[in-house]
Amino acid sequence: MKLHDYILSGSCYKVRLFLNILDVEYEKVPVDFYPGKEHKKPDFLALNPLGQLPVLEDGDLVLRDAQSILLYLATKYDDGNTWFPEDAATRGRVAMWTAFGGGEIMAASAARLHDVLNYPFDIEQQRRAAHAAFIILDDHMAEQEIAGCDWLAGDTPTIADIACFPYIALSEDGGIARDEYPAIERWLARVINLPGFIDMPGVLSPWKAPV
Amino acid sequence: MTTDIDPATLNQWYVIQSSDDLTMASPRDTRLLGIPVSAARRDDGQIAAFEMSAAGETVRELPVQERYGYVWTTLGTPDVDLFDMPEFDEEGRRLVVCGIATVKTSPGRIIENFLDMSHFPFVHIDVLGAEPNTEVLPYKARVDADTDELWATDCGFYQPKAMASSTEGSEVDYRYRVPQPYVAVLYKTSPGKAGAFDLVGILPQPLDETHCDIHYFMLVFDEDNSDQELIQFQQGILMQDRLILENQRPLKLPLERGAEMAIRADVASVQYRRWIKDMGVGFGVA
Repeated sequence: MKLHDYILSGSCYKVRLFLNILDVEYEKVPVDFYPGKEHKKPDFLALNPLGQLPVLEDGDLVLRDAQSILLYLATKYDDGNTWFPEDAATRGRVAMWTAFGGGEIMAASAARLHDVLNYPFDIEQQRRAAHAAFIILDDHMAEQEIAGCDWLAGDTPTIADIACFPYIALSEDGGIARDEYPAIERWLARVINLPGFIDMPGVLSPWKAPV
Repeated sequence: MTTDIDPATLNQWYVIQSSDDLTMASPRDTRLLGIPVSAARRDDGQIAAFEMSAAGETVRELPVQERYGYVWTTLGTPDVDLFDMPEFDEEGRRLVVCGIATVKTSPGRIIENFLDMSHFPFVHIDVLGAEPNTEVLPYKARVDADTDELWATDCGFYQPKAMASSTEGSEVDYRYRVPQPYVAVLYKTSPGKAGAFDLVGILPQPLDETHCDIHYFMLVFDEDNSDQELIQFQQGILMQDRLILENQRPLKLPLERGAEMAIRADVASVQYRRWIKDMGVGFGVA
């Protein structure tokens, strides 16, 4: 299995993190996203016409979109069936929050691309949109905790948590402070303490429990 | 206004873009020391750089030179030539330009962080350092009287993954060269060639006193790793530093003795601050 990967991409990190948690072996193919813009060149576009990372190749299967890759990996490699549980309502909630991770939360990614790599985005608009998404997630997480659940879609971690984690944990790279989101901070700490957790540059892990 | 900037800062050469990235199709509109600067490659291959007004009008043409894979300009009148880097003429080395990272802090903080080994095990965990090997062994830092360059030498550190090509942890020898206030080059044991040093250079372009575009490169003996692998390794390290740098206060580098508590491991930093203070640097410092 090959992951076309960029070390500073939060979307690639979703996949790296999940593969590590599942303890599945794979090969990283580094893509020169910056400064080389290799993801916009013909070889890569043949793999993913959208010109976006990550791309996963498993045998003949070629998958783009981090959320879709998480779904695939959970279905194929999670023997315990806990990361994408079969219960219909749980599965619906997992899909909903997984989509949130690839959707609304991506405003935080845009803010980061603006601040780190000078992408020509309207930074104030992206930060506002990210904060709006963070408020929704923080409220949701607080309600989950009151109901006795530690995770986005229920009482066990799922691919929804993996899909939402990276760009929230990286938000300060894009000038988005999280001090007003205590439930998010507690949830981030839980993710960081998952067995098999790995970080990426920009993700601080001060909450990591001593080994 | 350039008249607001101290001569020591003004009369330096600064990188504003890599040579490869300044093409006819992609001019660079940027800022240097708070002043709008525009650079473009003409169809004869030559580069022209201009100081611009806030309204976007050309004020004057600036001196330009292309060396070491980069485009250098100045807003002042440097009284010495750009420093020599003989390693660029050595056979077998590969230049890998890593792009630009924009960081909200002063150029002095960036150089100082680059010279600091004590943060390796805490910021670059399991790459440039790892607990419990946190001790910074005694090293030397001095300003060379002949060249007026700052050198830190005899530095050694245990690193789990010193370079992209490292396959195991090793004791790595370091030397730092700071040929001018905002250029720093690291020489570290090359995993690719016995007895040789690989170079990592950082060239912060001060956009203003507390914002920089960091240009950075590697000049290595490495036949095993692709450019992609080398770039990702170095970009990963820089993003870890960025997080720390943007949270240091004050953003401007304090030059007064006693403003921050230094320890023996900070001798390079102590020397660096004294050196640029003696030079009269007043931009981006507190």
